[in-house]
Amino acid sequence: MFDNLSDRLQGVMKKLTGRGRLSEAAVDAAMREVRLALREADVNFRVVKDFVARVRERAVGSDVMSSLTPGQAVVRVVHEELADLMGSTDSRLVLSSRMPAVVMLVGLQGSGKTTAAAKLANHLRKEGRRPLLIACDVYRPAAVDQLQTLGKELDIPVYAGEPGGDPVGIAQAGVKEAVGAARDVAIVDTAGRLHVDDALMDEARRIRDAVRPDQLLLVVDAMTGQDAVGVAEAFQERVDFDGVIITKLDGDARGGAALSVRAVTGKPIKFAGVGEKLDALEVFHPDRMARRILGMGDVLTLIEKAEEVFEEEQAEELEEKLKKSQFTLDDFLVQLGQLKKMGSMEQVLSMMPGAGGKALKGADVDEGALTRTEAIIQSMTLQERAKPSVINGSRRERIATGAGVSVYDVNQLLKQFAQVKKMLKQFATPGKKGRRMPRMPGGELPF
Amino acid sequence: MNTPWYKRVAEGLTRTREELTGQLNVLVGRGPDVDEGFWEELEDALIGADMGVPAVTEITDRLRASAARERLTDSHAVLELLTDEIAEELALASGDVFELSPVTVLVVGVNGTGKTTTIAKLANELQVRGRSVLLGSADTYRAAADEQLQVWAGRVGVPIVSRERGADPAAVAFDAIRRAREEDFDVTLVDTAGRLHTSRELMGELAKISRIVKRESLAPVRTLLVMDATTGQNGITQARQFDQALGVDGIVLTKLDGTAKGGVCVAIARELGLPIVRVGVGEALDDLKPFDPGDFARALTGAA
Ligand SMILES: Nc1nc2c(ncn2[C@@H]2O[C@H](COP(=O)(O)OP(=O)(O)O)[C@@H](O)[C@H]2O)c(=O)[nH]1
Ligand SMILES: [Mg+2]
Repeated sequence: MFDNLSDRLQGVMKKLTGRGRLSEAAVDAAMREVRLALREADVNFRVVKDFVARVRERAVGSDVMSSLTPGQAVVRVVHEELADLMGSTDSRLVLSSRMPAVVMLVGLQGSGKTTAAAKLANHLRKEGRRPLLIACDVYRPAAVDQLQTLGKELDIPVYAGEPGGDPVGIAQAGVKEAVGAARDVAIVDTAGRLHVDDALMDEARRIRDAVRPDQLLLVVDAMTGQDAVGVAEAFQERVDFDGVIITKLDGDARGGAALSVRAVTGKPIKFAGVGEKLDALEVFHPDRMARRILGMGDVLTLIEKAEEVFEEEQAEELEEKLKKSQFTLDDFLVQLGQLKKMGSMEQVLSMMPGAGGKALKGADVDEGALTRTEAIIQSMTLQERAKPSVINGSRRERIATGAGVSVYDVNQLLKQFAQVKKMLKQFATPGKKGRRMPRMPGGELPF
Repeated sequence: MNTPWYKRVAEGLTRTREELTGQLNVLVGRGPDVDEGFWEELEDALIGADMGVPAVTEITDRLRASAARERLTDSHAVLELLTDEIAEELALASGDVFELSPVTVLVVGVNGTGKTTTIAKLANELQVRGRSVLLGSADTYRAAADEQLQVWAGRVGVPIVSRERGADPAAVAFDAIRRAREEDFDVTLVDTAGRLHTSRELMGELAKISRIVKRESLAPVRTLLVMDATTGQNGITQARQFDQALGVDGIVLTKLDGTAKGGVCVAIARELGLPIVRVGVGEALDDLKPFDPGDFARALTGAA
């Protein structure tokens, strides 16, 4: 099965369009693919329905109909609508100037509230705040212990009540403690609760009313399936919330829950948890999430990361070469060096389109292979590096001997090079400013 | 608490039914006719239960064919048929995990699914059934994970083997197995840190723990994957990756006391043949129940 909606749509369009024109039947076929992709990504089926209806309306509109590349145009409409629905990038927590400002976290059991509370404290401190953590999960064994341990690690104070104490009272006392200790923001961690548990939902509301949070955030696991909608609606109705933290986004879940929650509550997703470490909290990027849900890979993250490392000039040069299809093994050698700087290959490749770098499956990418690759390329003549197509059987043997590897390794490298060349082409887009923009000028998409 | 768990689950469903539209009750409530609208709603409802597109498409196609063949025109009859089909898919031999004695059980899964709580519940169940139980606290990574299991061990009244935070989890597992051997425990339950199946490093660590446990344990070793019922299609990948990394014998499906139906387990059963061996229906020690495919299928389809 294709992972990439873009590929899928191109396929459908190819079959159904005569000379680049879109028929309504083609749009319908495309919408079936969109619906399938969203369902596979765990977007709630009700949300999918609404969404597809809206996209369809736009897709049968004239600009798409007359587009020369209707497949891409439909992808763009889908992507734009999705990014739109996901909201704008604004992760700032609006905190009042009162002492202390209060942030409260709620959510289902196991969604990652306690870790998120600690990460948030860490984040706010980086912004110059003086946070205090308040441990109100008096139910789960050692939940208070957990927050205290994290607080110690961060060197951020934690207010904890007695296990079995009253969470409302603890929250109140914690806020008071913050005032005394001159902490300017209090983060209230609460017990996990089921959205259908009346008593506990009521308790959450009472904690809210007691501490009147500036920001009440719902913590949602990125792996959540269809249930996300019911959960979010219930939390909204019973306690209301201002925004969402989506956790465990470092896994490979497509994360349709993010879209579902956003769609049914209208509340923005503020942060994404991307690891177990306490600094693994990222500002949420709606546009990237849209791509992820569509299975198009986190191309933008990759590009941004690359830009941090690649010297601007080199990037431009590379882009030129890609445009002219002159990317050689020598350039590959240089790029490999750059990749080494960017972090592990695995990490980089996992951000490429095709979910988890699946596109490079079979091409082994352990770091040792990097060194081997360098040796192989260095054993090639300049002509071979510039034009790998000349490398025949006997040349392969010579190169292998020179690099101290097997012919198989040489073959692998050549295959890998061809794949990488193809991939690099996918994210080389016109205009260096444009590369940072969520929407691509000139009707071209970066995949 | 005498109501069977699936009734409680069904009650959970009733509650959501009021909140959500387009669920299976609509099918029941929409009248007896099996028409195009019926099939569409049926598909939506099964997708809504997290069964996933391929499984739903395949099952509804099959169902359509049977309905046509048997001239079923009544939606209730079709729902019954569907329930039976799903139950059949789920009726996999669930093995001997809790019949074996002695046995060593390794408990694994992604973060926050309910591994530690499940261990406590299992310890409780097995102890009630007369087995001597030892816990191995091999989550040395998460803050206060050991303290959490310590509290449970105290409540259930079973001994626990642990080391300081940050210690090698394989070493804790080793200690636990050795003690089980020396002191003749019937059951050794080994808790592990939650981890995303996408982390090569952490999956490697788990495979190492598993190797050591299998090497050292005189008793047969079984591995249980704990999965949260709210999990969507990612559950399939989870199950596949854990199974590939260390071999999984069964699934414990937790948090069925909410409104999630755990339909992804149908897809997992079909694709990987992994049976559900227990279900978690709450946070208390006795909230662990045997898995009954029929009950589960009924809760999933909403058939009476
Ligand atoms: N409602 C409900 N909560 C559960 C169930 N099983 C575990 N939990 C809760 O889920 C949270 C995470 O459980 P824990 O055992 O710490 O997960 P672990 O990280 O996998 O070890 C805790 O708050 C548990 O009380 C269940 O069957 N139903
Ligand atoms: Mg645990």
